Formats: sequence, C-alpha cells, structure tokens
Amino acid sequence: MVSLLGIPPQVLFGQLLLGLINGSFYALLSLGLAVIFGMLNVINFAHGALYMVGAFVAWLLLTYAGIGYWGALVVAPIVVGLLGIALEKTMLSRLYKLDHLYGLLLTFGLALILEGAFRHQYGVSGQPYPIPAALQGGQNLGFMFLPNYRGWVIVASLVICFGTWFAIERTKLGAYLRAATENPTLVQAFGINVPVMVSLTYGFGVALAGLAGVLAAPIYQVSPLMGTNLIIIVFAVVVIGGMGSILGAIVTGLGLGLLEGLTKVFYPEASNIVVFVVMAIVLLIKPAGLFGRER
Amino acid sequence: MRTLLLAGTALLTLAGTAIPASAQVSDNVIRIGVLNDRSGIYADLAGEGSAIAARMAAEEFGNKVAGAPVEIVVADHQNKADIAASKAREWVDTGGVDVIADVPNSAAALAVQGITKDKKRIFLMSGPGATALSGAQCSPYGFQWTYDNYAMAAGTGRALYEQGKKKWFFVTADYAFGQSLEEETTKMVKSLGGTIVGSVRHPLGTSDFSSFLLQAQGSGADVIGLANAGGDTVNAVKQAAEFGITQAGQSLAGLLMFITDVHALGLQSAQGLMFTEGFYWDMDDQTREWSKKFEAKAGKKPTMVQAGVYSAVKHYLKAVEAAKTDDADKVAAKMRELPVEDMFAKKGKVAANGRMFHDMYLAQVKTPAESKGAWDYYKIVKTIPADTAFMDPKQSGCPLVK
Repeated sequence: MVSLLGIPPQVLFGQLLLGLINGSFYALLSLGLAVIFGMLNVINFAHGALYMVGAFVAWLLLTYAGIGYWGALVVAPIVVGLLGIALEKTMLSRLYKLDHLYGLLLTFGLALILEGAFRHQYGVSGQPYPIPAALQGGQNLGFMFLPNYRGWVIVASLVICFGTWFAIERTKLGAYLRAATENPTLVQAFGINVPVMVSLTYGFGVALAGLAGVLAAPIYQVSPLMGTNLIIIVFAVVVIGGMGSILGAIVTGLGLGLLEGLTKVFYPEASNIVVFVVMAIVLLIKPAGLFGRER
Repeated sequence: MRTLLLAGTALLTLAGTAIPASAQVSDNVIRIGVLNDRSGIYADLAGEGSAIAARMAAEEFGNKVAGAPVEIVVADHQNKADIAASKAREWVDTGGVDVIADVPNSAAALAVQGITKDKKRIFLMSGPGATALSGAQCSPYGFQWTYDNYAMAAGTGRALYEQGKKKWFFVTADYAFGQSLEEETTKMVKSLGGTIVGSVRHPLGTSDFSSFLLQAQGSGADVIGLANAGGDTVNAVKQAAEFGITQAGQSLAGLLMFITDVHALGLQSAQGLMFTEGFYWDMDDQTREWSKKFEAKAGKKPTMVQAGVYSAVKHYLKAVEAAKTDDADKVAAKMRELPVEDMFAKKGKVAANGRMFHDMYLAQVKTPAESKGAWDYYKIVKTIPADTAFMDPKQSGCPLVK
C-alpha cells in the first residue's frame, strides 16, 4: 500500500472529506458575515449566538411543537432572520454613522446576552437532536464510512453558498445592493428604499447563520456554547478571505476546513490554532485578505 | 504600663469566656469557598450544583459548627489554572476562606493544591481526577474525595478486559487531566496483558470529533477510550454513533462520564455505554432521599461530583466539631481519623495521602426501553470494593505515606 508521510491514503481521503464538511459550516457562517460586512459595514459579533439560536429554535420546534427537521430548516432561519431585522431596526441602524467599533461592541454585547439567557435556561451540556429519519445511516465509500447526513450538509451548504454569491454578484437585486453600499444617497434618489434593503440584508445574513445552526443541530449538541466555539474561527476565515468578499468567504471557508482536517492527521494538538497561524501569515503578506480589495 | 497589660489580659480572658466555643475558630467564621466552572463545559456536572450540595451539608449542622457560623462563598475559575490560583490566593489572603472545595479541572486543582499547601488551608477536591493530587503533588491538607483517574481507568479497563476487549485506542483531551487519565488506563491495560494501538490528542472544547474517531476506527482497536470529560465526551459519543463505530464492533469506553452527560446525550445515543461511577442517585433510600432534596433546589439529579462535595464538606464540618477548632493541621488529622459515613460514602476512610476510599460502581446505560423515565439511566453492574477501586497509597508516590 502506498502511503504519504506514513499516512495511508484511505485515512487521508477520509480526513479531507471531513475537512470539507467542517469547511462547509465555516463557509456558510462566514458567508453571512461577509454579506453583512460587505453591505452594511457592520462587524456582526452576534453571528455565533444567532447560529446557536437557529439550532435552539429547531430543538424547541421539535420538543414543543412536534415540527421535525425539514420544517425547522424553513422555520428556524425565518425566525432568526426576523429577530435579526428587529435588532437591526431597533439598535444597529442607529450606529451606522459611527465608527465600526460601536457596531462590534453592540453585537458582542447582544451575543453575550443571548448566550447567557440560553445558558441560564438550558444549562451547558446541551440538548440532543436526532438525525432526520430520511438521512440516517451512511455510505461505505471504500476509504471511509460517510454518514448520509454529513453528505447532505456538504451539498446543502454548497448550493446555498453559490446561490448567494450568484444572487449578489450576478442579479439585478444584487446590483442594487452593491450600489447602495457604494453610494446610498444616489441609489435612494433612484427611488429605491435603502433602509428597508439594508434591514433585509441583515436579516438574510443572520438567517444564513440560523440555517447553519439547524444543519449543525443533529451533528453537535444543541448547546448555548456552540456558537462561541465557532465564531472566532469564522472571523478568522472572513479576515483571511478578505472582509466583505463573498467569494473569498466561501473559498477560504472550504479551504481552511481542508487544512484543519489535514492538521488533525499530522499534528492534532495544533488543529485549533492552524487557522490563526494562516491568518497571521496572510495579514503580514496581504493585509486586505486573499480576495479583498484595498480600500 | 503593667496595669495596662494586666487590663488587656483581663479583657482578652473576658472576651475568651464570652464566646468560648468559637475561640479557636479564626475570625469566628468557617468560610467554605466552592471554586469551580460555573459557565463552561463543566458547569452542569459541578457548577452551582456543587454550591447547593455544600449548602445542604452546612444546613445539616444548622449552619454552625463549634459555635461559629458556616458561610459558603462561590467563584467561577473558567477552567483556567491562573484564574483558579489568583482566586484561591485572594480568598485565603483577604477573604478569610478556610476551605476550598470542588475545583474540577485538574490543571486548576493542581494550582490550588500548591497554594492551599503553602497557606495551610483545607482543600476538598471533588471535581478533579488527576492522580497526582493524591500522589506526587499530595498535600497534608488536600483531600481527593469523589473519584480519580486511577479508579476510572481500573474499573472500566478491567470490566472491558473481562469481556475480551484488549486492544485500546485513546481519544484524549490535551491537558493535565486527559493525559493523566490516558496514562492510568494505559498502565492498567498493559498490566492486564492488553495493548495500546494508538492515541490522538484533541484540544479542550472540541466540537468536531469525526476526524479523531475516523483515526480510531482505522486503528483496528477493540476499544476506543475517551479520555476526556463533559461536553467533549458528549460530542464524541454522539458522533461515534453517527459514524457507525459501535455497530461495526468497536466498543466505546467513556473513561469519565457523568449522569448529566447521559442526560444530554439521550438514551438513544448513550445506551450500552459502560463506565465507572462514584455515585448514583437511585441506589438506596438514603441516596434517593438526598437526591430528591437536591433536585428540588437544583432542578436535576446530582452528579457524583456534586454528591461528593456534600460528603466532603459534611466530613470537614464533622472534623471541625470534633477538633473544636478550624486549625488546618488539627482538622486534617481529625478528618483522617474519623470514618466517613453518609449517603455518599458508606464506611469510607481517608488515607495518609489524602485519598478518600469508598466503594465505586460499574454502571451501564439503560436502553430507552429499560428506562422508566427521566434520570432512570443506569444499571449498576457491580460494586467495586473500596480497597480495589483506588490505588494503594504506598504506590501513589505521595511523600506523606511512610
């Protein structure tokens, strides 16, 4: 059997595939962040908490309303999106004229409040969420056993990521959005309601986080801490990809997932810092990120 | 000058006779500091529940021993050894704290052990598992109460060996506790004639275990030993079920599991798991009665860590009452002398190295069909008698054992 640096190829393929699955989550979350930063110039620190809320909404729907996974996949992002719009309308919209730092502080505070509230109510151990019946079991790929559900996660997140990229970069609505970021006054003069569009964009960005939460619920415990574990990595992804770059967020998310997967094979102890090492190197060489533009 | 001195002495004597019983208690209060993780991954298995357990112990004494009131204070060490150390130092130096209790997370506990040893304060460890705490790093004032990594490793390792599972692979949390747990289990497995086919270290608080589980799956081991705790174990067990690891014939051994972990996993994912436990609420009338009281306050059944905090605090207060002082040397001697007898430990005794010897239990998680409702989770497969459950103090490497 051929082996690469002492690792048999089956193991390597397996790890790469797992990396891709984690990368899909990174991509989905950093996509929402990139949309929000690109369009609103807000550094949304509440993203991880809203991801957690998405997972909890799915769990609450199942436990108290009997609505299963597929229903939650539709309802939870809408709930999180509406919550996001409410936050944007009542609080965030007052801060657009100020420095980025204020938005960051506000959303960070919101994240702490949301997490604290859920922790108080549900404890830290988390709640179990079953894998939907249709996606139970798995496929033997020869080099590894791939649970059907994880396969579904990759497909779903790739579709959503590239759908979003297409909508923003290639459609008329996307063009309005991008124009509104460049020059809101002029776009408003053309008869487009910019504040509403901004609210909807924020709602959409956090709905993506909510959706990622539902996708994550059957894999991880539905726990108040699940967002905190992920948000820092996701921010690193966005910084490496280039703040506000949508394609950058998607590509970097998947790429770093792969890199992390490889690290888990060769030197597992470093698996939670490899992303930050890459971030430091990218910032030194290309401060605007791999896909970012200098402003 | 002489009259002044005389007057002073008279006053002191008077003061002494006015409150005779508490004359030997420093600053007239017994202050017990419950230091643990109150917000992170160990908050459910220790956290506020441990504080509730400590208060329940104090209430049984009417919140008063040797004439001095008992006060419980709490703090969050956030699983960081430096925060634990500075909080312990602050409590001892300026907070008038006589006893520090619980301290899950072995790294934090090792830091606190150093401080309580220097400053002569009693340290009642219920949460931490590192055997060094009653071994090379033992202290005359440190008591390891509930469990330790040796007990966990020996109980589970032997049980699986008896089922013919001899090849182990470890998935280990990369810090003092996980490493110590892996080391103890390795020793046990090897002494029984088993082999270790590999191990992988993961950072504390990992959410995705698939990569590590896949490596374990490919290793050809009979048993995948999870040398981690709390949320890490829960995620690992859940994802092992997803990847069909147990269906494919490998066994999963949670080397440290708590009832809250089983509760979080649900019986569907956790059924069949076998592990060593120090306490289960549904063992006899005493445990059921105490656990019911606990549940009324905490909203859930106690873990062994929380029950252990109760037992340790109660034994400490008993020793203070018997010694009529809170002087650490005298109380520590009394704690070693008195038998431990309560709902947690029957005929327990404290050895010279600070290890409290009590019966441990081999538990297996019930299937959803066997369980009659919430918290009805364990079958107690066997009782591991105290003398074989824990390491012989002579082998612990503790300098206090002669």
